[in-house]
Amino acid sequence: MAGKPDTLLFETLMEDLSLHVLDIAENATRAGARNVLIEIAAADARLTVAVKDDGKGMDARTSQRASDPFYTTKEGKRVGLGLAMLAQSARETGGGVRIDSQYGVGTEVAAVFRPEHPDMRPLGDLMATMKALVAAFPAVRFVLDYTKEGEHYHFDSAKTP
Amino acid sequence: MRSTNIAKLKIEDLEKIARRMKKVIHLREGEAKAKIIVHMGTCGIAAGARAVMTALVEAIEKQDLSDVLVTISSCAGLCGQEPMITVAIQDQPPVRYVNMTAAKALEVLEKHVLGGRIVEAYALAANNK
Repeated sequence: MAGKPDTLLFETLMEDLSLHVLDIAENATRAGARNVLIEIAAADARLTVAVKDDGKGMDARTSQRASDPFYTTKEGKRVGLGLAMLAQSARETGGGVRIDSQYGVGTEVAAVFRPEHPDMRPLGDLMATMKALVAAFPAVRFVLDYTKEGEHYHFDSAKTP
Repeated sequence: MRSTNIAKLKIEDLEKIARRMKKVIHLREGEAKAKIIVHMGTCGIAAGARAVMTALVEAIEKQDLSDVLVTISSCAGLCGQEPMITVAIQDQPPVRYVNMTAAKALEVLEKHVLGGRIVEAYALAANNK
């Protein structure tokens, strides 16, 4: 087969945090979420990126293994790299990832970064991520809350003037 | 901390897109002339699928193509050929395009979605999977 080798994935990491947000929010839509809340908050030398959804959630076993790169619930696939890569990006800065999920209720993924760390990735183009989500899933309500040093941005796709 | 470009984040732009997409939401019930699916699994996103999506959304908005939908689906199983898009035109078999860039995707929009001619150079051969 022509094209790049299939090892591409293992050589490519997400360049910035906004791409991780897109990836995790896409998981939320695939879980059937009608509401997806994206919270980005910078305070006390920490940057927290959280994606909360009301999708189908995961049972305890699935949730525990969700950031294992060799675990996936998708049929026909052997790897599931999204959460593993997010956890990797966070750990590289001395932070980490927390996954809280309840089957039938929803999932919250929260990644904590230490922005002063030399391996910190940039936030990237959060606007492009939100635009892609809003354009692709008009029936899903996306809320973005961004807080940094008194700056606050709020977007709610269900409350457009 | 590296400076972020959150300052460039224009909430009004997002609201504009959200409003526009709500207007065409009824098309999703099967009335759309064409649907473009951008594959956005982890693999697609890492390979540049978001730029492909942005280019398509902006072109559709600019040209006011109200009967063309763009949506997202997850990994299609050919991670090494991402970014990929699938073009589904009403009453025709869907065509998958591989190794997309923003420019190539716009060419597919122009030639295939609007012009009705499959762009063979970028298409995945039907028996190749």
